[in-house]
Amino acid sequence: MAELSVKRAGTMSAEEILAPSPGALLRRRIFRHWGLMIGGMILAAIVLMAVLAPFVTTFDPYDQQLARKLIPPVWHGGAKATWVHPLGTDHLGRDYLTRLLYGAQISLLIGFSAMLISGVIGTVMGVLAGYFGGRVDMVVNFIITTRLSMPVVLVALAVVSIIGSSLTVVIWVLGLLIWDRFAVVMRSATQQVRVREFITAAQALGCSTPRILLAEVAPNVVNHLIVVATLEMAHAILLEAALSFLGLGVQPPTPSWGLMISEAKGLMFFDPWLISIPGVALFLLVLAINMLGDGLRDITAPENRG
Amino acid sequence: MLAFTLKRLGVALLVALTVSLITFSMIYVSGDPAIAIAGEGARAQDIEAIRKFYGFDRPIIEQYFNWLIGALQGDFGRSYTLRQPVAGVIFARLPVTMLLGALAIAFALVLAIPLGVLAAVRPNSLVDRFALTVAVVGQAMPSFWFALTLVLWLGVHWRLLPITGSDRWQNFVMPAIALGYYVTPAIMRLTRAGVLEVLSSDYIRTARAKGLRPMAVLFKHALRNAIIPVVSLSAVQFGFMLGGSIVIETIFQINGLGYLAWESIQRKDLPTMQAIVLTLSVIYVLLTLLGDLLNAFLDPRLRVA
Repeated sequence: MAELSVKRAGTMSAEEILAPSPGALLRRRIFRHWGLMIGGMILAAIVLMAVLAPFVTTFDPYDQQLARKLIPPVWHGGAKATWVHPLGTDHLGRDYLTRLLYGAQISLLIGFSAMLISGVIGTVMGVLAGYFGGRVDMVVNFIITTRLSMPVVLVALAVVSIIGSSLTVVIWVLGLLIWDRFAVVMRSATQQVRVREFITAAQALGCSTPRILLAEVAPNVVNHLIVVATLEMAHAILLEAALSFLGLGVQPPTPSWGLMISEAKGLMFFDPWLISIPGVALFLLVLAINMLGDGLRDITAPENRG
Repeated sequence: MLAFTLKRLGVALLVALTVSLITFSMIYVSGDPAIAIAGEGARAQDIEAIRKFYGFDRPIIEQYFNWLIGALQGDFGRSYTLRQPVAGVIFARLPVTMLLGALAIAFALVLAIPLGVLAAVRPNSLVDRFALTVAVVGQAMPSFWFALTLVLWLGVHWRLLPITGSDRWQNFVMPAIALGYYVTPAIMRLTRAGVLEVLSSDYIRTARAKGLRPMAVLFKHALRNAIIPVVSLSAVQFGFMLGGSIVIETIFQINGLGYLAWESIQRKDLPTMQAIVLTLSVIYVLLTLLGDLLNAFLDPRLRVA
């Protein structure tokens, strides 16, 4: 056996010597992961359309044209359907496509901001608990357990109703509520890193704790962080939609997908597309983010490393 | 086991106390709850009257302890809008939400466990892919939109089920599906992972080697062990569902705790809101405690006190 491998090593082809770099391997894993690619492309398309909304549509999302109300989308046919309003108009004559595009901005904004806030809280708690262990771990664990035992939707609704609902309030309330998964995942990821030799080496060299946390621990837990961040952003978007649907999220006339479904609720028996369109949009966005998150977990999982 | 039980019990008690403190202080997030109740532009004497009525003028610590001692004795104060004791209203509505939650978790288990087992028995097969699709779709589907879509198709288009109300059993079918579908992915993934792990263990190989029928191996040997974590996850998910049923109950106008919560939020009925949050949190604490104790009872390795 030994002879064979020696012989092989002697006659390596150019391809074998120029083995793919880690970066190339990563790119290959990314491009071969269908879920990741599809999710990423849908998300990129939605983000692009949300950002470019003023150029995609010439209508104003707040402009009411009561004479043109409840035009059905083009695939419904009928005399009223027109390519001027491809997705039709709502009960106040506002262009539905325009509302949908500007609604994407709101969903993405709230999802991203709430995720950032909860990410900071959860990561700090999780990393500290995982690194220091002992008392710190006990306290953090207790806080996580307490948080988990309180019903998110109910507490969010109650707090928003007491403070009064607005975009900022929704972002902060969600951000302050959904950090639990960040804390749980970062805690266990840090626990695994803490016992590795390079941490002991850094401690032996006399590195300060902040330095160890930032330079040694952080790079090794950041892949878990990105996965949780995507999944929590999807979670926040769904929660915002639910709050807006119940009338305690984003306030009218702001275009929000949850609010669009809520406003169309009374008309859904006659014009079911009014709830289908924002519903499908919401489903696609959350699906895309989840697929991206699941894909990232697959390609960054240590057991898949080539 | 006794030491573990006592320790878990102590933690649960401490969590419940902390939750009560948070629930109580929840109404102070805006500064003055009296202004929040009275609404903007209320007259000064109205705000003063509300402050007196709810006792907001007394020290906060005193208010908290009065409230807590009352709550421990089953007295959550009087609802300002319903004009009757809050506890009575809650205990009248709780069974409806419990029933809905039980039906929903039953639906989720009936869907998730067979799918999860099949997916684990034949990994990467068509069944496995189908199960994965169900999970991915389920996690992305907004529950309120799914509920409305059910109403449109089953209720209006095919006229199979009543749309609103909570008097007959038919009323609970759509809400249970809408609520249960949301927790299916988590239960299914755990079942699949558990069965997959158990099937590759030594004692299963032994069971197969001694010539047991594949069905007997799967059901008598594998599933029994794989199902343990699913039981405690189901308890936790049941608790989540009780809290999440507010959306579904509002859509189907089911007279449960969730609908009561939504009504009291609309009316700024603070005592009722606090009592519902506390009740649901305590139920959740009890459910996780039960799940942990059950797990520790079934699997001695988990009894790390």
